[in-house]
Amino acid sequence: MFSVELLVNALIAGVLLGGFYAAVSLGLTVSFGQLNIVNIAHPAFIILGSYIAYMCNSLWGLDPILTGIIFIPVFFLIGAGAYRLYYESFERKDDEALRGLAFFFGVMFIIEVALIMVYGVDFRTVQASYIGQSWKAGGIGVPTRMFVPFCVAIAMFTAVYLYMSRTFNGRAIKAVAQDRLALQLMGADPVKIKQLGFGISIGTAALAGALLIIIIPVEPSVGRLYIGQVFAIAVLAGLGSIPGTLVAGLILGIAESLVSTFFGPSWAPAVAFGILLAALAFRPQGLFGR
Amino acid sequence: MKWPALKLSPFWLCAAAIAVLGIAVTIFDLFNINTFIFFAGYVVLQYVVLATAWNIMGGYMGYVNFGTAGFFAVGAYASVVLYNLFQAPLALMIPFAGVVCALLGLAMGYLTLRLRGVFFAIATLAMAIVLETLIINWEFVGGATGAYILRSREQAPFGDYIEFLFFVMLLLAIFAVSVARWLELSRTGRGFIAIRDDEIAAECAGVPTLRLKLIATTVSGFLMGVAGAPFALYVSFIEPSSAFNLIYAVNAIAMPMIGGATTWLGPVIGALLLGTVQQVATVTISSELNLLIVGIVLVFFVIVAPEGIVGLLKKWLGGRRDDR
Repeated sequence: MFSVELLVNALIAGVLLGGFYAAVSLGLTVSFGQLNIVNIAHPAFIILGSYIAYMCNSLWGLDPILTGIIFIPVFFLIGAGAYRLYYESFERKDDEALRGLAFFFGVMFIIEVALIMVYGVDFRTVQASYIGQSWKAGGIGVPTRMFVPFCVAIAMFTAVYLYMSRTFNGRAIKAVAQDRLALQLMGADPVKIKQLGFGISIGTAALAGALLIIIIPVEPSVGRLYIGQVFAIAVLAGLGSIPGTLVAGLILGIAESLVSTFFGPSWAPAVAFGILLAALAFRPQGLFGR
Repeated sequence: MKWPALKLSPFWLCAAAIAVLGIAVTIFDLFNINTFIFFAGYVVLQYVVLATAWNIMGGYMGYVNFGTAGFFAVGAYASVVLYNLFQAPLALMIPFAGVVCALLGLAMGYLTLRLRGVFFAIATLAMAIVLETLIINWEFVGGATGAYILRSREQAPFGDYIEFLFFVMLLLAIFAVSVARWLELSRTGRGFIAIRDDEIAAECAGVPTLRLKLIATTVSGFLMGVAGAPFALYVSFIEPSSAFNLIYAVNAIAMPMIGGATTWLGPVIGALLLGTVQQVATVTISSELNLLIVGIVLVFFVIVAPEGIVGLLKKWLGGRRDDR
């Protein structure tokens, strides 16, 4: 069963998967880690992004990645609107712990059921020129279906990282979770800043969803499986750390790929949740936590 | 204010009356009710138990459990294990399932309750998926393909077996509500409320917060397991995706939220209302639409009526003071 070739293949697949996972979790690192908004509906938004990519691809033959990029502003606006509602209904009343969570849970459920009603529970895929090829060297293969999303994921990652560390607004987003009052004294409106941050967080879901449907077929309820992955990465990274998210994503990707290669794919979903439970139990501040 | 101390409070009179009525309709076939009503009624009562159990953790203490489906399914599969081992009777399955889930709740709580509340919520979500993966890979209980549980067609003196299960679930519902109400009115319950309002202040005032949280998650887990115990017999074919269905988790949250999460009455009202609507809607409209309605109603209530129906009623009755 065990061979070096298999191991190397699993490692490569793990790194490619990990980069993608990091991009998927990026939105949650911003919303949960930095803005302190526990958006458990985040994976549902990602699936929504996948279905938009699917729809544009099957109707007009649009490239999924291009669709993802086009829809970033739309998702940004949805996110900003959702935050406004969340703020007015829960955060301002200091009631986000119970009802805020229930709210996002309800939103997740609505998105999932709505997608089931429109598209059914069949798995959907997209078509593009780079899907289905692979580069081979000896027994080691790199599928382009994984490689292209990996590159896009890293690009998106870098863009958000630069925005967060170089611009005033980006730094303000990082500051708002640390000290709301201090940010107010600097002349920035915390609500507007959080709105911007949450918009960015949901915006990344548009592209992440497009990447997801390139990598594997998607059906409405797979979003729930990704809750484990994204929260495991966000917690393992140390909430709010963007470089930590990349490292944690790679760790999870490699671990999952190794487990599904050597123990069988039916065990793969448990890896993320196992890591999450272990991280919560033994190191809740994460690898890069303060 | 005083009446909980009385021996024959209205609550116990009502509970006894409901139990007697249950005997009358199941054993003596009073009103000659169609078996389908029992079939549907079982599900509604099961939701009374689940919603009440969720509310002990969520409503009283403000700790959200997304893993109701996990506890429920573990309860159901605990019964399957006993059945596969020695064809255990239901009377043994129920306490066994309860204890297994109580231990699960205790372990979950012990691992995560020292952290911020939100980590408990995320961990429960994770736990449900880990458990589902374990069950899928466990051949003894049927794995991914599922397992058949043969039940007898009839159970004397109830007649049809479904009527018997309905009666059992009725007793479990009364039991669950009594436990929740007793906790709520006791010193422990006041501790829960103190934790919900301000955990740090409660800790400073000498409330043993971790111990109370562990009590709540254990009791809540026990009740969820008990609700799941007869499930395999009810459906007679159990498989992971139906036992771990998200609808249990959603309903367990939506029902107390709609009814009013701060009192024992809230989840009962929510479960009876929403449960009945769902049973009617599954028959008359599509079941997907029915799920969508649950989601929308949940979001609507948490935004517009945070205190639920009980809160609305209180307001409507002229803001009478709530003296629990």
